[in-house]
Amino acid sequence: MHGMINRAIQCFMRDTYGADTWEKVAEQADLGFDNFEAMLSYPDQITLDVLGRAARQLHKPVETFLEDLGTYLVSHPNVEAIRRLLRFGGENFTEFLFSLNELEGRAQLALPDLEVPTLKVEYAEDGRFRLSCSSSMPGFGYAMVGVMRAMADDYGALVFLEHQGWMDSGEEIITINLLEAAYTEGRSFELSERIGGEL
Amino acid sequence: MSVVRPVTFDAAPFLSFMPMSLIFADSGVILSIGSTLAKLRPAEELIGKDVTEVFSVRDNGRGQGNCPVPLDTKLYLKFRTGVTTRLKGMAASIPGTGVNILNLSFGISIVDAVADYRLTAGDFAHTDLAIEMLYLVEAKSAVMEETKQLNARLQGAKVAAEEQAFTDTLTGLKNRRAMDHVLKRMLRTRVPFALMHLDLDYFKSVNDTLGHAAGDTVLQEVARILLDETRSDDLVARVGGDEFILIYNRFTDHTRLLQTAKRIISRLEGPVPYLDTFCKISGSIGITTTDYYRAPTAHGMIHDADLALYSSKYEGRAQATLFDPAVHHDTHIEAAPQATSQDKR
Repeated sequence: MHGMINRAIQCFMRDTYGADTWEKVAEQADLGFDNFEAMLSYPDQITLDVLGRAARQLHKPVETFLEDLGTYLVSHPNVEAIRRLLRFGGENFTEFLFSLNELEGRAQLALPDLEVPTLKVEYAEDGRFRLSCSSSMPGFGYAMVGVMRAMADDYGALVFLEHQGWMDSGEEIITINLLEAAYTEGRSFELSERIGGEL
Repeated sequence: MSVVRPVTFDAAPFLSFMPMSLIFADSGVILSIGSTLAKLRPAEELIGKDVTEVFSVRDNGRGQGNCPVPLDTKLYLKFRTGVTTRLKGMAASIPGTGVNILNLSFGISIVDAVADYRLTAGDFAHTDLAIEMLYLVEAKSAVMEETKQLNARLQGAKVAAEEQAFTDTLTGLKNRRAMDHVLKRMLRTRVPFALMHLDLDYFKSVNDTLGHAAGDTVLQEVARILLDETRSDDLVARVGGDEFILIYNRFTDHTRLLQTAKRIISRLEGPVPYLDTFCKISGSIGITTTDYYRAPTAHGMIHDADLALYSSKYEGRAQATLFDPAVHHDTHIEAAPQATSQDKR
């Protein structure tokens, strides 16, 4: 797995549960080093070990851990850039959902080695959308649930998200029920950090 | 309101503004195309055909109008034949003309498209950011490649430095630091193991009579024997001038450990040729295993192996002794005739 993904897992634990928690997990997973390097690549098994140990350390299922990780990625001030880019994808939550169709290509333009999941968003009916997610990392769909939940808050939309589990092909399916597009005011947004989006 | 016939519509200004666009009739038939689009597919392949015959067109389900191509919404297109090239686009009707315009853009496929169709700066509208984008992509890729190579070099240097920091340079065995590290990890993961402390006998006299070079030759031969008597997931460390610690992973059978230790001692006693003479040494060994302890610690195990080693020395050297809590913890062994292994360092 790309160092960027491993690094995200590490930063999530450090920023949310403290450096001690991360150090314990790193030790239990027998990494042999203290920090992931964002620009190196690591065997997939290392990532799976870290996820397993982290979930056990925090007494929560891996699925919940991944969902919290997804929320962290778009809501924590330390990774504000990700939120800005995703917000740039659409002026409302619906547009944001459709912009996920292009996420893989856009990410690969920036980092060709990054294994971004293939996301496919389709409008189903009655304000319902369907996201399918194919990834080399099983459970990535749960992280996407966390991302979409946090982005809905960001846009001020009221949504109901449901992870439908795995298909035989390994795809994960998530249904998104958009109950109200403008439920709250949402957070303000400026693409440029220079203009000064809130922090 | 006068009706303007399609034939009287002059598409030229539109197509020069938007060289990736095409004009199509309400029926969907392509009437004319821009100059860059003509580089992707020859005009004669496109004009007269239906837009949906040339491209597969998808929108997010929100297009307007009865036209075969959804209007006023974001479109995702692909060529149906040849190089597929993903395109983004939008179509709109030109009021009063009976024709529509479909403007296209490469989006993220721009890097491939430039190569596939040999596009140049002149193929993009002057207002298009494509060229700036290509500059960024090229610059980013070059920097990324350099970073990658630098990372690989640094990583290699780091691994080599770590390896060096854990290695005894004379014998190539692990050193005390490496041993501490491995011991800590094995205790943490609670694998059963045996710890053997070996102290060479008569090594000092080799050094004293034949010199350090002879001593070094002996140590290298000892290292060879110890590596030969251990498996790949065991550890052999030189922890002092003539002291070694061996860790046997998942091997705690007392009888077999004693056999192994005795075999090591007898192999150590084999004469080592040096110049025109032979060096003769022996060794004393103390052994402990994790199954003696409810909660084994590195310090405690090394200490107990030391006590057992001490017994071996006391018994007249060239012996192997298994740690025995009853003997080694309850009785005080009087100072041996020779200094203890620790004092000798």
